[in-house]
Amino acid sequence: MDLERMGENTWTIPKQGEMRVPAVIYASSKLLRAVRGDKTLEQARNVACLPGIQKMSYVMPDAHQGYGFPIGGVAAFDLDEGIISPGGVGYDINCGVRLLRTDYAEADVTAKRKELLAEIFKEVPAGVGKSGVTRLSKSILQEILAKGAEWAVENGYGTAGDLEMTEEHGRMKNASSDSISERAFERGIPQLGTLGSGNHFLEFQKVEKIFDEPAARAFGIDGPGRILVMIHCGSRGLGHQVASDYIQAMENAFGVVGLPDRELVHAPIKSALGREYYESMSAAVNYAFANRQMIAHWVREVFKRVLGSAAGMDQVYDVCHNVAKIERHSIGGREKDLCVHRKGATRSFGPGRPEIPRAYRNVGQPVIIPGSMGTASYILAGTSEAEELSFGSTAHGAGRIMSRHEALRRFRGEQIRDDLARRGIELRSTSWKGVAEEASEAYKDIDEVVQVSHDVGLGRMVARVVPVGVMKG
Amino acid sequence: MLDHPADGKFRAFGGTLEEAFGNAALAVAAQMWDWRTVRSEVGIPVEKEGRDLPQLLVKFLEEVLYLFETRRFLLGAVEDLEIEEGGSGHKLKAVFRGEPLTERVEIFGDVKAVTYHDMKIEPACDHWMVQVVVDR
Repeated sequence: MDLERMGENTWTIPKQGEMRVPAVIYASSKLLRAVRGDKTLEQARNVACLPGIQKMSYVMPDAHQGYGFPIGGVAAFDLDEGIISPGGVGYDINCGVRLLRTDYAEADVTAKRKELLAEIFKEVPAGVGKSGVTRLSKSILQEILAKGAEWAVENGYGTAGDLEMTEEHGRMKNASSDSISERAFERGIPQLGTLGSGNHFLEFQKVEKIFDEPAARAFGIDGPGRILVMIHCGSRGLGHQVASDYIQAMENAFGVVGLPDRELVHAPIKSALGREYYESMSAAVNYAFANRQMIAHWVREVFKRVLGSAAGMDQVYDVCHNVAKIERHSIGGREKDLCVHRKGATRSFGPGRPEIPRAYRNVGQPVIIPGSMGTASYILAGTSEAEELSFGSTAHGAGRIMSRHEALRRFRGEQIRDDLARRGIELRSTSWKGVAEEASEAYKDIDEVVQVSHDVGLGRMVARVVPVGVMKG
Repeated sequence: MLDHPADGKFRAFGGTLEEAFGNAALAVAAQMWDWRTVRSEVGIPVEKEGRDLPQLLVKFLEEVLYLFETRRFLLGAVEDLEIEEGGSGHKLKAVFRGEPLTERVEIFGDVKAVTYHDMKIEPACDHWMVQVVVDR
């Protein structure tokens, strides 16, 4: 596909054929090579054809081929003319990341890291088919879907301060579980409070390098060696079922004729079905917020038990990676409410945005970008430029370049565990096969992804962190 | 298995459309457990309807995930599979045979959802082929 280079790390697919807007790809030459190797560009072009799309179809630096939308795709739609698409959010609704700071330095945990990890492993259910600790009733689950992390805090998991430091305050207010299927409820009930498997993980990490002192201070990360906790998981089977249910409902209502990919099925935002999906998706977002809230609480309990105190384990932030939200953005100098789809992308709002916590209004929101298992992760700060460049969005991770199947052929989980151990990183997992599938070689170079994000202005580098202990689901 | 970054992509074959569908269900199971070692202890009837064959296939394969997550059921075999074309789409009936999850069978992978991405349901001269990408 022909691309025009607009800058060092900016490329466009000019408007052609059915495209209503151009597509923009933020990538270095090296990252672009990986993107060209799969269907990412074709998928970005398909997104550009959807009704009501505004400005551009955006592709983040970590993008790779998805289904329907690319992973790392961002698109915003006009509320009157535009659409909402389950394929623009993904199956794991509100897959996201929560970051806790601690008062501990590396030296405080080195001797106890095995014990910490073993205890966390006991406390937080992980792995395929693992059930949560509480058997929920349907009515409690309805409450969780309405209230998200607020429900968890009301029930003793964490503090009200955590809510302030969560995107949407941990609760999408328009959520409704009225149109959520019985099957989604059934899948959601046993899995609340579980990490899941695949690329989901829980790490304790140390700050390796600070790039932006004032922002790092604002985030409570005051220097190298500081221990942090990162939790990466989503809405589990409930979210997956909501996505599947609405893809099928939209097919039945609107048909599939003319769709270049059935995963691009969509409904007008203003239609009954569009609204229903938005409310149900929001409920799944809330489930994921409650999930991470509970897991964060258990992690604090473990730190208290093993190290003597959980004081200072404040939440830095909690971000969504897969979501559609109504947000206000400026288009051609005019403020406008839009439905922004981020599929494998992180909101990256800059200073002054009312949606971000007061404590961060001068520096921009924390953007949490987990690396692949055992490699570095980054904390960025949102920028005002990102609002112009990508509707306030940036990358969400390293982005896969190798299939899981290929990774299984090439790597062995036990070998990876031993390699990490030699580098002082403790790893525990429910499945060594799962570890092999998540080998860091199967992913793009996170340093490069983040550097592009920084250079383009999508998100400003604040800190690089490396793992000390890894629990892989 | 075929290579697809981030996902599981597979092709399943059968002498008939029904056989190919049944093998596709086992291919989904194969990404989570070794279905060949699963005992045939219980039978669960499955009935699905779809507006067309791709939707029918998605709904049918999702049943493997649904039964695993909600009933801890491990699929080991698909029996008595019938597909009927009706006025408003396709109907499927089958019996899933397998056993409840215990320590006996190792679970080594996860499938989040069944997608339409790159889906193919194609007849050849003497067999059927279905190609599916699952989200993992």
